[in-house]
Amino acid sequence: MHELSIAQAIIDVATRHAEGRRVLRVEVQVGHLRQVVPDSLQFAFALVVQGTALDGAELAITHVPAAGRCRECGAERVMESFPLSCGACGSFDVEVLAGEELLVEALELEEDLLEKSRVSST
Amino acid sequence: MHRIKVRVVEDVLDANNTIARANRQDFDRAGVRVVNLMSAPGAGKTALLERALADTGDVRVGVLEGDVEGSLDADRLTSLHIPVVQLNTANGFGGECHLDANMVRSSLAAIPLEEIDLLVIENVGNLVCPAEFRVGEDARAMVCSVAEGDDKPLKYPLMFRACELAVINKIDLLDHVDADLDKLLANLQTVHPGIEHLLTSARTGEGVDGFRDWLVSRVRSPATA
Repeated sequence: MHELSIAQAIIDVATRHAEGRRVLRVEVQVGHLRQVVPDSLQFAFALVVQGTALDGAELAITHVPAAGRCRECGAERVMESFPLSCGACGSFDVEVLAGEELLVEALELEEDLLEKSRVSST
Repeated sequence: MHRIKVRVVEDVLDANNTIARANRQDFDRAGVRVVNLMSAPGAGKTALLERALADTGDVRVGVLEGDVEGSLDADRLTSLHIPVVQLNTANGFGGECHLDANMVRSSLAAIPLEEIDLLVIENVGNLVCPAEFRVGEDARAMVCSVAEGDDKPLKYPLMFRACELAVINKIDLLDHVDADLDKLLANLQTVHPGIEHLLTSARTGEGVDGFRDWLVSRVRSPATA
């Protein structure tokens, strides 16, 4: 259910960077530990973009697997599921190295070249 | 028209975190420590506060009550004669299911920061979204009642990992519910190794002293990052 709030936050970041231009595509990285359901995020995004500069924009979600370093045996492994544990020795005492990302990585924007050249020549 | 690609690389919650830092600076300047108290709806946050905040000695406490609608919880706390400010997410915040830094910021003017040492922010009841949004707190605590079942840490790891204290409430109901306390505590440690926990019953008062001591000791502990 937090997907709706996250979708809104993604739109806020994109809108700020778009500076008035239409947004065609938003690329986000979502770490496994954020417990975001991709389909729910897509659904929420499609709802919240309506009537904004992102209306109709595509949301591309890259899933980042959780990875950790075991504080007991030192092994670095990808952690597939909760509860988080070391894949080598089974310890639950792991330092999370990846999987907590929630990033807007890039935007594809529509830019009016004519408009831009007009502005720069005046 | 043509298509250009712009690299952004910005945390989705950056804006929230920036405002949370501003809140934190205001709290620090006023010498107020802040606890963000979270739980599922009905776990007993308000009941615990009613008991725990009745006598906090020389530590002056205020409460920011977060709810979607109404002032039922804030009303319950008025008998404590401490500053209580109600924040409704239905008023201008789209009925959000959690508090975020901006909502707390909008309430700052109503909170008499100079008159308190500790602010408890009682978040909207929800085990998911509140864990995502920092509000400028020093510490995060959650309440999990045994009536919710012993599997909750495994089902909502984000929340259980976000908090440094888990208050296991309604232990007076242990004989009447299927939850196994040992299993609940084992699940808690599995999801968040080393997390501190307390066993309480807001109804009988058992263990509430421990919660009060934990809250009060926030004021005496050095500021965390």
